[in-house]
Amino acid sequence: MIPAAFDYVLAESAENALALLTEHGDEAKLLAGGHSLLPLMKYRLAAPGVLIDIGRLDDLSYVRDEGDELAIGALTKHREVETNPLITSQVGLLAAATAQVGDPQVRHRGTLGGALAHGDPASDLPAALIALRGSVIIDGPSGRRQVAADDFFTGFLETALAEDEMLVEIRVPKMPDAQWSFQKFNRRAQDWAIVGAAVVVNNGQCGVGLVNMDARPIRASAVETAVNSGATATEAAEQAAEGCEPSADLNAGVEYRKHLARVLTRRGLEESGR
Amino acid sequence: MQVSITINGNLVSHDVEPRTLLVHFIREQAELTGTNVGCDSSSCGACTIHVNGEAVKSCTMLAVQADGQEVTTIEGLADGDTLHPMQQAFHECHALQCGYCTPGMVMAAVSLLDEKPDANEAEVREGLEGNLCRCTGYHNIVKAVLQAGGAQ
Repeated sequence: MIPAAFDYVLAESAENALALLTEHGDEAKLLAGGHSLLPLMKYRLAAPGVLIDIGRLDDLSYVRDEGDELAIGALTKHREVETNPLITSQVGLLAAATAQVGDPQVRHRGTLGGALAHGDPASDLPAALIALRGSVIIDGPSGRRQVAADDFFTGFLETALAEDEMLVEIRVPKMPDAQWSFQKFNRRAQDWAIVGAAVVVNNGQCGVGLVNMDARPIRASAVETAVNSGATATEAAEQAAEGCEPSADLNAGVEYRKHLARVLTRRGLEESGR
Repeated sequence: MQVSITINGNLVSHDVEPRTLLVHFIREQAELTGTNVGCDSSSCGACTIHVNGEAVKSCTMLAVQADGQEVTTIEGLADGDTLHPMQQAFHECHALQCGYCTPGMVMAAVSLLDEKPDANEAEVREGLEGNLCRCTGYHNIVKAVLQAGGAQ
């Protein structure tokens, strides 16, 4: 399988990439690691006329300590997120979720920003970012703006990114003493999660993000409220599927997904010390 | 467009379409057919090669993304007639049946031990999750990787 023909442009800088996006409009897609986009293009589910390759912009690959938060460059590869000492010590949940993405080969190429910008509800990383109450920094013609994870994922493969904007950085609050758990249920190695639950408990406050439980990555707000009001893990996890509208596919029906969300959330809460 | 990739130490330069996949550049332009195409959708790992020393699936990378980079394929592992220790271990442990997954499996295993030289059995199994063996010959494959890593 090969993609439909396209024009290829190598971006020389982030500014250059933004200028190219403005120039080519909705014909263009940004290419980072390519591990979400290229499979779509090979299956001809996407056929952009222009690919703007930002994969060589090394100045967008970094992990920095910014006081209360870590700043992670959008082009930081999964392998780096998985193993970076700042990330493993300050936001262990993000490193653990990243270690569950695809397989080692995929993690050598795929990037954190690319995975988030893809907006896939079946992806592990959006749920982790939601649980951690992280945010993303978006650059565009009208300047930079910061968008909370809750507001970034807007629909199936849809995000708050406009056509002429680029995700440049990810922000996550540092929480070295947090307890966390990433629960991923699948049937075979390297598969996408049928359902997943990212759970973090920090200073008594709980965050829960769910994988594949709605058209978009979603927060289990009712569980968080219950835990923060003193409910046990079992009691709180009963609320896990509340407000979720999961789809049915060959792996699982709607009721089974809701069941999995409750079970995985309970396990996650228990592993996070609740 | 002109794409130049150093493959196994040799600079290979060709004019290809931007949509040319790296695995096709390797097989058709560089004429190195040791790298196989299996699922063609980044699941099976048969097309695993190294780009700048790291295992990647060459069916999910454009040739142009590797422009100017260093690529190693299965043909580049051996030193003349002397097999790479991983190839030798696969040979000694009979870590192949039909052999189709073997080039990708060996390249993934070399990268795995580069990153985790003391990998135990569980870590080897986990580390090779991106490579499928349709013959289900995993037992001897894991044995070979452990032997190459000096753990057995």
